[in-house]
Amino acid sequence: MDIIPNLFPALPEIIVLISSLVILLAGVFYEKNNLRNSIRFSLFILFILLFVIVMTNHIPNETFNGLFVVNPFTAFSKLMIILSSIFSILLIKPWLKNQSINIYEVPVLILFATLGMMMMLSANDLISLYIGLELQSLSLYVLASFNKNDLRSAESGVKYFVLGALASGLLLYGSSLIYGYSGSTNFNDISLVIANKEVNLALIIGLIFLISGFAFKISAVPFHMWTPDVYEGAPTPITAFFSVGPKIAALCLLLRILYGPLEGIVNEWRQILIFFSISSMLWGSIAAIAQSNIKRLIAYSSIGHVGYALIGIISGTPEGVRGVLYYLLIYLFMNIGTFCVILSMKIKDRYVEDISNLSGLSKSNPVLAFSFAVLMFSMAGIPPLAGFFGKYFIFISAIEADLVYLAVIGLLASVIGAFYYLRLIKIMYFDDIQDTIDSPSSSLIYILSVCSFFIIFYILIPEPLLSYAEFAAMSLFKG
Amino acid sequence: MIFASIIFYLFSIVAVVGALNVILQRNPVHSVLWLILTFFNSAGLFVLLGAEFIAMVLVVVYVGAVAVLFLFVVMMLDINTTIMREGFLKYLPIASIILLVFLIELITVFIGAYSGEDIFVLTREPIPDPLIVTNTESIGNILYTDYIYLFQSAGVVLLVAMIGAIVLTHRRRPGMKRQNISKQIDRSPKDTLEIIKVDTGKGIT
Repeated sequence: MDIIPNLFPALPEIIVLISSLVILLAGVFYEKNNLRNSIRFSLFILFILLFVIVMTNHIPNETFNGLFVVNPFTAFSKLMIILSSIFSILLIKPWLKNQSINIYEVPVLILFATLGMMMMLSANDLISLYIGLELQSLSLYVLASFNKNDLRSAESGVKYFVLGALASGLLLYGSSLIYGYSGSTNFNDISLVIANKEVNLALIIGLIFLISGFAFKISAVPFHMWTPDVYEGAPTPITAFFSVGPKIAALCLLLRILYGPLEGIVNEWRQILIFFSISSMLWGSIAAIAQSNIKRLIAYSSIGHVGYALIGIISGTPEGVRGVLYYLLIYLFMNIGTFCVILSMKIKDRYVEDISNLSGLSKSNPVLAFSFAVLMFSMAGIPPLAGFFGKYFIFISAIEADLVYLAVIGLLASVIGAFYYLRLIKIMYFDDIQDTIDSPSSSLIYILSVCSFFIIFYILIPEPLLSYAEFAAMSLFKG
Repeated sequence: MIFASIIFYLFSIVAVVGALNVILQRNPVHSVLWLILTFFNSAGLFVLLGAEFIAMVLVVVYVGAVAVLFLFVVMMLDINTTIMREGFLKYLPIASIILLVFLIELITVFIGAYSGEDIFVLTREPIPDPLIVTNTESIGNILYTDYIYLFQSAGVVLLVAMIGAIVLTHRRRPGMKRQNISKQIDRSPKDTLEIIKVDTGKGIT
């Protein structure tokens, strides 16, 4: 037996951990400019990580006594996570400056959240899954509430903490029942037991609790109640992070569990997910109509998007999984772009969040209005923008898996959803100007243009991403 | 064997009485003291089971840290117990329903446990033979080898909890006096002290 486990597969995680410890220590000793330095160093590390993961993580491998696993699927999802962390650190820089908050731990906490998400994506055991998830959630609770000048930020942190703890409890209870059924926490053992043993009630109840715990994390209806409040209260760049990073991580992890250890009971989990998917799509579209705060609106829109992504999971085919990965990637760019616009909504150097503040944006800042319109069209799924392709592949996979009714409901929901996306465009282009919005800072414009370019010109070269997503999805099905 | 049974009943009866008293006492401080008694007795039960490590951890962590913290919190907060007891009758029906559910669950667990179905096909070795290794040793054996990844990551989770607590509560207060050690050491007697020869009987003017 080796004394030291093979550390190579966990290289990205080890790099994040050590560098965040270094940033923490350095911040203590060099107090001058430590926020700026910690942001720079975190960004540097995350860019390095992209490279390291692309180079090392694509060969399926297992280490730490079967607790930790890497394969193309985890690599793909980790790349998405790291992209979202990079974007949110870039977004948070001007925000912290505007609010004159000087907490150099903020980027470090984002790094720790990233580490937690990477650990849970690589988990091959219920215990390592839980620890990764907890590391992620704990960092996110703090990130939601670090703005001490704002009461709503504290409120959102407490809400997120209480409900998140409840979700963790559900997840743990489900895991314990699954452990009781199979006698092991290891994913490989669980799938073996499920394949060879009769399915009983304890396993089903465990499954339900496990999926409900995840439904909290991905904010699927009926476990979505926290989402609008937390999104509204948390600092806006952190909301941007919430809406992409943890959501993508939890959805990918759900894929890994459902297509890994729980593959043998497809018919059982499919029913639960069909319910989640339909209710999220419909509620996400309908409830968003009444919102006047743009962050709440985006929260409901993200609930709807989760509903669409779940269709791909339900389909149970490699095409469906590919569709989900692909959808999540496009969703990442759309959402980050949207949050760039939300962060540009400043009147006399103060952030505003009301939808009516957007009125007349097309006259005061036509470029911003145009890119926001593009993003909204893409969210609504109008061709030839990227968002259309995301939905297209998901619906196609549903139809191929004989789930036509899901695709129909999804189409209906996206028609309803198109109403409020188009309403935003109408407000920008046809309403009279009220207050002029300040011209956005240059870093926001850079990120926004990256996202908009991705969404507009995606149609020209769709092939590489599609085949990469397929490569990642296939690794789930090799067994 | 009879000695072990006597000890078992002693510990469990005291534990149950203690647990009952935790919820029946009027004074919250007394409740916490009863709670500590319950912890001690549960620790005794664990020793009877041969799980001396968990027993010691229970005493060290729960009695030593958690219960004492509880005690501090209870004594610091001025809780009005009469207000908390209001609505006892109002919640009684729902409480009894929940009680019934728990009771049924307990009964089913017992029935299930004694039905004799052998389901543990792939179960990992539950515990090594206590005669060969003590369970402290066997926990150490797997905690630092097979589960080193979990052990380390649990440490990271705790670190994040600590950072979070600091981020959320630490404020820079203006006018706060801090110790500057290098400045203290740099001070020489010449800068601050003045030695004056005082003539006897005259005093300092």
